[in-house]
Amino acid sequence: MSVLEVEGLAKAYGGVQALGGVSFTVGAGELLALIGPNGAGKSTCFNIVDGQIRPDRGTVRLAGREVTGLPPRRMARLGVGRTFQIAAVFDSLTVLENVQAALIAARRQTFALWRPAATIAREEAQHLLEQTGMADHAGRPASELAYGDVKRLELAMAIASEPLLLLMDEPTAGMAPAERLALIELVKRLTRSRGLAVLFTEHSMDVVFGHADRVVVLAGGQIVASGDVDAIRADPQVRALYLGTGRAAGGRA
Amino acid sequence: MTFDSSLLQSLLFQSVNGFASASGLFLVAAGLSIIFGVTRIVNMAHGSFYMLGLYGAVTLAPRLGAVLGPDLGYWAAVACAALGVAVLGALVEVVLLRRIYGAPELYQLLATFALLLVISDAVLWLWGPEDILGPRAPGLSGAVELLGRNLPRYDVFLALAGPAVLAGLHLLLARSRFGRLIRAATQDREMVAALGINEALLFTAVFALGAGIAGLGGALQMAREPANLAIDLSVLGDAFVVVVVGGMGSIRGAYVAAVLVAQVKALCIALGTVEIGALAFNLSRLTLVAEFLIMALVLVVRPHGLFGRPQAAIPHRGTSEAPLRPLGRPARLALLAGLALLALLPLAEGTFPYAPVLALDMLIAVLFAASLHFIMGPGGMDSFGHAAYFGLGAYGAALAATALGAPTPVALLAGIGVAAAGAVLFGWFCVRLEGVYLAMLTLAFAQIVWSVAFQWEEVTGGSNGLFGVWPDWPFDSRAGLYLAALVLVALALLAIRRMVFAPFGLALRACRDSSLRAEALGIPVARVRWLAFALAGTMCGAAGGLYAFAKGSISPEAISVSRSIDGLVMVLLGGVESLAGPVLGATTLTFLKDNVMRETDYWRALLGALILAVVLVAPGGIAGALRRLRFRAGRAP
Repeated sequence: MSVLEVEGLAKAYGGVQALGGVSFTVGAGELLALIGPNGAGKSTCFNIVDGQIRPDRGTVRLAGREVTGLPPRRMARLGVGRTFQIAAVFDSLTVLENVQAALIAARRQTFALWRPAATIAREEAQHLLEQTGMADHAGRPASELAYGDVKRLELAMAIASEPLLLLMDEPTAGMAPAERLALIELVKRLTRSRGLAVLFTEHSMDVVFGHADRVVVLAGGQIVASGDVDAIRADPQVRALYLGTGRAAGGRA
Repeated sequence: MTFDSSLLQSLLFQSVNGFASASGLFLVAAGLSIIFGVTRIVNMAHGSFYMLGLYGAVTLAPRLGAVLGPDLGYWAAVACAALGVAVLGALVEVVLLRRIYGAPELYQLLATFALLLVISDAVLWLWGPEDILGPRAPGLSGAVELLGRNLPRYDVFLALAGPAVLAGLHLLLARSRFGRLIRAATQDREMVAALGINEALLFTAVFALGAGIAGLGGALQMAREPANLAIDLSVLGDAFVVVVVGGMGSIRGAYVAAVLVAQVKALCIALGTVEIGALAFNLSRLTLVAEFLIMALVLVVRPHGLFGRPQAAIPHRGTSEAPLRPLGRPARLALLAGLALLALLPLAEGTFPYAPVLALDMLIAVLFAASLHFIMGPGGMDSFGHAAYFGLGAYGAALAATALGAPTPVALLAGIGVAAAGAVLFGWFCVRLEGVYLAMLTLAFAQIVWSVAFQWEEVTGGSNGLFGVWPDWPFDSRAGLYLAALVLVALALLAIRRMVFAPFGLALRACRDSSLRAEALGIPVARVRWLAFALAGTMCGAAGGLYAFAKGSISPEAISVSRSIDGLVMVLLGGVESLAGPVLGATTLTFLKDNVMRETDYWRALLGALILAVVLVAPGGIAGALRRLRFRAGRAP
């Protein structure tokens, strides 16, 4: 059974069909990249899966259970972790406290009023920071971190609840090229070791073609191609989309 | 109640009256809305512009009348007053607001409130404390007959003046270059600046326009109501309700909301006493409750008002806050020693008889400020209406003690319970809003509590309040009550500290830093904020209850908006980013009030100056200044 099954998602804004019947699945341990030119419907699709937007038609199923239109908070509790295009962490907390806050939320201890939070889930938080290479920063305020480190902290928080599915909106946006590949390799390692399903959107093609297991290409709200990296790379329609028809025709000759 | 023709007549009659009031409300709210749309500042001093317009017109009318004749004199006075207020508005923008456009919202709100305080005392100094009656409007002083009843002609005129101004504003916004710039800046301020528009000039002009409209609104009221010193705050409260209902930045929304609010009020007055079963409700006494219900209903259905759009999120000041650290061992020992010393204070009563009284005042202020800080600092919710829960606690305790004869601890508990219930109810609405919307809604709720205390004479004693709220043994001595308060306040502060460092406090700070991330982690943001709001209101209720017993009485004056503002000043004066801030700020302000402000009739202006000093010079407050000093000392070898 797939971790995420998306079927016939459609969404229109006024008269504009942002998404017109999109279906795909993501399995455990799989990295699926959602790509396409600007305005293809990536963000709409992503935000529907995440629960921020309600679709006009179609269903989203998580591990077989229908979750269409549930708010982000409920999705988190059902096993969806996510990172944002502009990384969001808690700036006034230390790095360790950030991860502890995520763990406390996952354990539903948010409303404990008396026991100091510092003593809760310390080891697990430390362990997550080690896994993401952030252990040396544990005591620093999150507001002092370099952006690449903020992204890794965000990743540690997103996987703290041991989600089934990780949603990453442009995980490498705003990062230097070397940092980008390091981050996506880290994601891939975690995916494999935890059996995590990952759905991500991405603009940088080296990240997509170097690390995704499968790729779904959107254009004009429709899926124009989907398959493994090699198939997508060879697909004439995709080449036309990204390189223009002239080059694509030349490539075929 | 029967539906006869007299009721219908009364309804119609009151509805014209409603339109007349709506015009006044609209003029204030429209100015507030335009200014907010362009500058993103909620001008708390807007009620003052209205008041100045009224005072100006009342003063000018007889003088101009002597020169121009009463007819022309009246209208010339209205025009001159409005223009004068517009010029003053421009001056205020250039001198004050330009310095705070980049400051956090809370500071902008407080700075403009400081202005309200200063203007209020300036008016007191210039015109004195007595109400001033204005002249009748020439040509409009009679009445027209409508359905057999006499309708003041001036009300009919006012009812038409509102839509006329609405149409004028609409034309200005739709047709003129100035109007286009206002609309453009309302939608995207950065883009307007990038296009090379002189932003400074635009902001000054908009502020002058908004102030002028409010001044006009005030000046037009001169034939209807006397100029008095309380009008700035009451108009501001009404205008906030209108703006929240209509939607910030929407002129049309302001008019629709003004009509809605004024008509519902008029309807309540027209219906009078209504009997449902055996219960009789005097609806004309419930106008403010009706106002609250409309606002609550609109906010549930449309959180940004009838015609409002969600504003782009403005980063919260907490983003740069340093992580909170628990106290070390030496600091804890020092605190315990300090507490022991405070417990010994009653022994000094022989030498300083006043000491326990002042200390008790300080304790109450500390609890009030600390409970406010809990939602402002870690919670990031700047409440402008914390006095509501203070008042509910005080009145609850006072009623339980006097009317029910409950023993002191039970009465105090009853007060705390009432405050908790109020905080749970009001909090549900408040925590769904952010920034200035939250500030306005909390203020509006506090105004409602104040009005109920003021209007419900049978229960609350009206403007005189409740008397003879004395504690019984063993709290009936200065030392007894002081020690009880010391224990209570110390426990509450301990509880706040524990909560801030507990998972709940961590989650609360997390929601403040990024509600997006918090939701994505599965933290129920609204519920976390709601509980924090309720807990803060509960503790504030304890402060209110103690206050009632300490003073032996409670009156609406003690729970007015100035108490809410005192709380904010305490928190800011002490430093909002530190848990010690509210304690430092509360003791300092109480001491100042007791020793300095007591000596003058113009304490409001002093308080205003203090607020401006904190906002403009020392945004970190006392705790921030201390931290900087320690930092510097630590660096110097």
